[in-house]
Amino acid sequence: MPLVVVDVMLKPEISDPQGQAVLGALSRLGHQGVRAVRQGKRFELEVSGPVDESAIHEIADTLLANPVIEDFIVHIHER
Amino acid sequence: MTAPNPRPTGDDLANVRVGVVTFPGSLDDADAARAVRLAGGSPVMLWHGTHDLGGVDAVILPGGFSYGDYLRAGAIASFSPIMSEVIDAAKRGVPVLGICNGFQVLCESGLLPGALTRNAHLHFRNRDQRLRIEARTAWTNDFAEGAEIVVPVKNGEGRYVAAAADLDAVEAEGRVLARYVGGNPNGSSRDIAGVTDPTGRIVGLMPHPEHAVEELTGPSTDGLRFFTSILASLVGAGAGAAT
Repeated sequence: MPLVVVDVMLKPEISDPQGQAVLGALSRLGHQGVRAVRQGKRFELEVSGPVDESAIHEIADTLLANPVIEDFIVHIHER
Repeated sequence: MTAPNPRPTGDDLANVRVGVVTFPGSLDDADAARAVRLAGGSPVMLWHGTHDLGGVDAVILPGGFSYGDYLRAGAIASFSPIMSEVIDAAKRGVPVLGICNGFQVLCESGLLPGALTRNAHLHFRNRDQRLRIEARTAWTNDFAEGAEIVVPVKNGEGRYVAAAADLDAVEAEGRVLARYVGGNPNGSSRDIAGVTDPTGRIVGLMPHPEHAVEELTGPSTDGLRFFTSILASLVGAGAGAAT
């Protein structure tokens, strides 16, 4: 059964205060080598039968991501 | 943007039916209905899981955490059965006010530009907030131009964002409904607290006018004017005529 992974990230121009908070925590933990953190969402969709890429794109574009503020990337894993 | 109307009578107002949608997780539906009633209109409770708008003259999408804010605030609600009817009605010219979570729903539905995201400081902010009303709409006709009001604001994901070109367009077209004055509670772009569509009928606002309608419980009664505005607009447009 194919697994479709959709990664959703805030667009680069939208500030990400959650990522900044993670970066602040890393700094307090002594990890000085990390320069920036962006936080996103990962969706895993189990698909029955062959993957309809245009349908997956529509799912991501209409529901999983808000294209006003977010970008998404689709990864298809045949298993 | 509607012309001023002659002062309507109480009977005219009481015949105006304003729907208030309850989603799972709505919190402020009862306060919104109460505000409609205090303004002299007749609230009609609407249910998210139906396609029935009950023939209302206007719709309010209330504050709260519809569907637990899962996915994104307002995202799941924007695909609920009642919203397909609200979107159709809005496109026919039925006035719609989204407050807080309702504003998020209107943005997720694509009826208003932009989006509401996590507050810049990551804290839930709950305080009395000064606003400047900047646009005359069906929901703000009763305010003097540039009026400053105080109503509660309470949100964790109230930071208004949009592409710079969209922000420029909203400002150039006079579609900033209200701006935060005396401190921006959530980091919203250009201090924007609410926006309107080009017709002045579809309006979203992050702060809560429905919590500022009585001196006993609110910081002011400034919020009541949103509700008297829409009733007067609708009476002027012929709604609520005795049938």
